[in-house]
Amino acid sequence: MLIKIRNPRHPRENAVTPKALYLNRRRFLTGTAGVALGVTLGARLGLTPGTARAAALANPLADAIAQAPKGGPVLSEEVTPKGDATSYNNFYEFGADKGDPERNSGDFHPLPWTFTIDGEVEKPLTLGFEDLVSVDALEERLYRLRCVEAWSMVIPWTGFSLSRLIDRAKPLSSAKYVAFETVVRPGEMPGQRTGLLDWPYREGLRLDEAMHPLTLMAVGMYGEPLPNQNGAPVRLVVPWKYGFKSIKSVVRISLVKEQPPTSWNMANAREYGFYSNVNPQVDHPRWSQARERRIGDFLRRDTMMFNGYEDEVASLYSGMDLRKFY
Amino acid sequence: MIRFTSSSIDREVLARVGTVLLCGAPLVWQVVLLFSGGLGANPIEALTRNLGEWGLILLLVGLSLSPLRRAFGWTMALRRRRMVGLFAFFYICLHLLSYVGLDQFFHWPTIWADIIKRIYITVGFGAFLLLVPLAVTSTHRWVKRLTYRRWKVLHRLVYPAALLGVVHYWLMVKADITEPVIFAGILAALLGTRLLPKGSLEHWLSNRTTGAGARVSRRSRPLNRPGSA
Repeated sequence: MLIKIRNPRHPRENAVTPKALYLNRRRFLTGTAGVALGVTLGARLGLTPGTARAAALANPLADAIAQAPKGGPVLSEEVTPKGDATSYNNFYEFGADKGDPERNSGDFHPLPWTFTIDGEVEKPLTLGFEDLVSVDALEERLYRLRCVEAWSMVIPWTGFSLSRLIDRAKPLSSAKYVAFETVVRPGEMPGQRTGLLDWPYREGLRLDEAMHPLTLMAVGMYGEPLPNQNGAPVRLVVPWKYGFKSIKSVVRISLVKEQPPTSWNMANAREYGFYSNVNPQVDHPRWSQARERRIGDFLRRDTMMFNGYEDEVASLYSGMDLRKFY
Repeated sequence: MIRFTSSSIDREVLARVGTVLLCGAPLVWQVVLLFSGGLGANPIEALTRNLGEWGLILLLVGLSLSPLRRAFGWTMALRRRRMVGLFAFFYICLHLLSYVGLDQFFHWPTIWADIIKRIYITVGFGAFLLLVPLAVTSTHRWVKRLTYRRWKVLHRLVYPAALLGVVHYWLMVKADITEPVIFAGILAALLGTRLLPKGSLEHWLSNRTTGAGARVSRRSRPLNRPGSA
C-alpha cells in the first residue's frame, strides 16, 4: 500500500530533494563507493569493517533495504546523524545506560528468526524472517521519533505497514487489541539477566492503531538492516507515540480481546500509560513534555501534538479525554 | 591556630595541592569529554548528570573525613574537609547552572514549574539551598563571628543536604536504581558512624589492629582542630 496523506503545510518531496540528487545518492550507496562509506561508518560505530560487512551480508534483505523506494508522509526536517541514532538508545535488554545497547549487543545474533502471529485470528502464522517481509512492500519512511524522556530524533526507517502483516493472519471480529513481545534470550541479552523490567518486554496497541497506515514494521534504518541496538531484525515504529511503544526485536504478535499488559505500564502505571501518545499538554509526572531536545540541537523546540502527525491520527482519539487516557 | 614544623608545612602544602588536583580533575575530564564528543549524542544531559554525580560523590567524601580521622587518626584528612566541601558545592552549582543555562536555556517559566511541580527537582533544589549557608560561612571569620558552637550546629545542615541529594538522584532514575542504592548505602554508613558512641570507632579499630595503628590514632587526637563532629 502506498500512503499518500500529504500534509498541506509540508513541502512536496520534489521541492526538497532534486530527483537526480537522491538517485545519485542511491547509486553512490550501492556502488563501490558504498563499501568505503560502510567501512567509515562501521569504524565510527566502533565495529571493525569486517563485522559491519558480515552483519550486512548475513541479512538476506540487505539489498532490498538499500533499494527500497521512499514512502510515507514527506518530512523536511534534518535527519539525525546515524552515529547518534545507533549509540544513544533505550533498549533495556542490553542495559539501562544509553550507551549499553551499542556496547553490549555484540553477542546478539538475531537470525534465524521465528515470528508468530496468533490469538484472535483465522490463520495463525509462524514465519521466518524472510517470509515476514514481502520485498516489494518495503519502503523508506522518514519519521520523527520522540522519546518519553523529552529528546527526539529524525530517522529514515525501512519497513512495511503492520496492517499488511495483520491482514495475512485474517483477524477475527473479536480482535480488539494487538499485543507485542520482544525475544527472550538472556544468554545474548545481558539486561535480561537482571530484574530491570519484567521480561519479556511487552507492548500493545488498539487494533485500529495497529492497522493505521503510519504504523510501521521496520527491518532497516539509514538504508541498512537494523543494527542490534536498534531492534534487529524487526521492530515496530509508531511515530505519534513515545518511543518505548515502538517495541524492538519482536517475535510475537497476538491479537487479543482485552487491552494487553505493557512493560512500562506494569513497571510504573502512573508515569507510563497504555496510549502514551506524544502530547505536549500532558506532562510526565516528573518532567514537562511541552518541549524536547532534538538530538544535535542546543535549544529545545516545542513538542507537537501527536508528534506532528495530528492530521493523520487525531481521528483515532476523537471524543477521548487524553489526560485520562495518557 | 596550629603551629607547623617546616616538614609538616610541606606536607600541608602538598596535601592542599593534591586535594585541589584530585577534586578538580573530574571537571577537567568533563570539559575534555565535552569538546571531544565523548559525552555522546546528548552531551547536555550527560554533562548535567555527571556534574551532579561528582557533587554528590564529593559531598560523601567530605562526610567520610571525620569518621576516617576517628578510625585511623588521619587528621590530615580532616583538614581537607573545608576544601572538599567547597568543591562539592562548586560541582553542585555547575550542575544547577548546566540545567538552567544549557538544558533549559534560562527558560524561567519551565524552570520555575519544574522546581514547584517536579518532586525530584524540588528535592534537589532544596539540597542546594541547604548548602548555600554552609558555603558562605566556610571561612574562619564566619566561624568566629558565629562562635564555633553555633557554627557547628549550622553545619549539621550538611546531613539533610546529602540525604536530599541522594533522594534527588533516586527519584530521577527510571528503572535501574543500582547507583542511587550504592550512594544511599554509603551515606547510611557515614551517618551511622555519627550515631556510634564517642570512642567506639577508635576502640573497635584498636582491637583489630596491633598496637601501632591504635597508637597513631591516640597520639593524633590532641592535634585535632575543632570541628571533628
